[in-house]
Amino acid sequence: MRGYILRRVAACVATLLFVSVLVFLVVRVLPGDPALVILGPESSREAADRLREAMGLNRPLVVQYAEWLGGAARGDLGRSIQYDVPVGRLIVSRLPVTLPLTALAAAFMLLGAVPLGVFAATRHRRAGDYAAMIFSQLGISIPQFWSGLLLILLFSVHLGWVSAGGFDGWAAGLWPGIRALLLPAVALGFFQTAVLVRATRSAVLDVLREDYVRTARAKGVAEPCVVGKHTLRNAMIPIVTVAGIQLGQLIAGSIILESVFALPGLGRLALGAITARDLPVVQGVSLFVASTIVVINFVVDVAYGFLDPRIRYD
Amino acid sequence: MRRRPLRHLTFALGGAVTVTLLATAALSLVYTPQDPLAMAIASRLEGPTRAHPFGTDQYGRDVLSRVMTGAVTSIAVGVIAVGIGAAAGIFLGLASGWAGGWVDEGFMRLVDAVQGFPAILSALLFTAVFAPGMAVSMVAIGIAFVPAFARLTRGSVLELRDREFVVAARALGAGDRRLIARHILPNTAAPLIVQATTSFPVAILAEAALAYLGLGTQPPYPSWGLMLKEAQNFLGMNPWFAIFPGGAIAATVLGLNLLGDGLRDLLDPKTV
Repeated sequence: MRGYILRRVAACVATLLFVSVLVFLVVRVLPGDPALVILGPESSREAADRLREAMGLNRPLVVQYAEWLGGAARGDLGRSIQYDVPVGRLIVSRLPVTLPLTALAAAFMLLGAVPLGVFAATRHRRAGDYAAMIFSQLGISIPQFWSGLLLILLFSVHLGWVSAGGFDGWAAGLWPGIRALLLPAVALGFFQTAVLVRATRSAVLDVLREDYVRTARAKGVAEPCVVGKHTLRNAMIPIVTVAGIQLGQLIAGSIILESVFALPGLGRLALGAITARDLPVVQGVSLFVASTIVVINFVVDVAYGFLDPRIRYD
Repeated sequence: MRRRPLRHLTFALGGAVTVTLLATAALSLVYTPQDPLAMAIASRLEGPTRAHPFGTDQYGRDVLSRVMTGAVTSIAVGVIAVGIGAAAGIFLGLASGWAGGWVDEGFMRLVDAVQGFPAILSALLFTAVFAPGMAVSMVAIGIAFVPAFARLTRGSVLELRDREFVVAARALGAGDRRLIARHILPNTAAPLIVQATTSFPVAILAEAALAYLGLGTQPPYPSWGLMLKEAQNFLGMNPWFAIFPGGAIAATVLGLNLLGDGLRDLLDPKTV
């Protein structure tokens, strides 16, 4: 198992390096001159020269990358042009919105999708299965931001139960904070739930056809035990794979939902930074989000090793 | 056993919706009930009427005409984004699977890294340095599709490259280029077609999301996502303004998903 984990760690580090190269290349190389992107095309030549010098853009690209990567590894992602504070501190200040939103949506996804997928599989080609599949098809067809708007329309505009958006912070109390994140989390989790229901159903159906499940039933094992112990555990690999991918998608989706519900999270920080041409913030948020997704994929890979011993010896 | 596509309910339903979408987009190029860009402030934010079956927006523009024209935007972005993702992904997958060794390892780590960039994140990065617009949408969404196409192609290449017909062709003197073009690629076509079909609705959803965030299609050109962004400020005054473009996205994506599912059933021998 140690060898398997070490191999995965090495792959994860290599992937993170590629992520950093991609972020660096897009921001520093593609536009030609980041100084002009920040100052705008109407800026004077002298101002652009001064900024280029201050940002170290006159040095060789490899040196710039090594310095930027070294800083990023220490948590130093540069300084925001718009707010004049370290980018790392800005990102950390937005996490109390983005992380709970993602966690709530993930909880909705897992608590909704896995039982519903198992329910559909155990009622294959019966009414319950068709109902679950219709729910799933609808769920993956409705864009997250539209379901967010429909939830606002119903619960805020018509019923007046909650505000249409905004977040007053956790200082106001746990419940007001959760209440502000509830609708966006439902909208965010609904789409991912629909995807995971299909994956769970399909994985459980595959295992239900296995000989050992038939044997367990023939031996008189109770159905909840057949499904819970013999089936679900063996169906976990594809379920964990899809759930891991979905978790990454939830982080990306939170950028949209933060915009719909005016939540001051990472997504709004990045979108505001684009308007303000605050390249260090865009670069920092992109690196943070992409690295988080890569690390989630790494954790999923390691989880395989625990769930299925055969994978460790491949 | 021969399967008849039109007898397959999912495929037939999905096909019908897709044909309707294509017909609507084609029709909007030559005819819309009103000019989708023409403003009429006097009739702004109206609900559905005989003159405007889908109502009007905040500038009095006909929502039906804009929804029809928005279909063209969705199809254009969808087709080109899937094309970019497929081309880059198939190239990476072929090179990776065929070369093996450190090339395979390196390319796969690159693919893993690209997987860390969902369309929204790539679009954020690109928009920071380029002006937002349809081109940014196409490239950002296309990049997000690269890992799926690359992995699928690599998997097929690894499975096929040591098969007897490939070994036989090599023994007869076929070079790498011929082996890939004539023997490997045609045998990976079916799963790639299914992947392209299932990616298309995802691209439409992503285009709408990017337009909604202001990172994609820009006003005054109609895009379903952009229309929803504009509708959000008037939810209390005219909810229909948000319902029709959103319904268009959901119906289109539902139809394309059904088509993709049906196609997978028809092309996958395991489902016979």
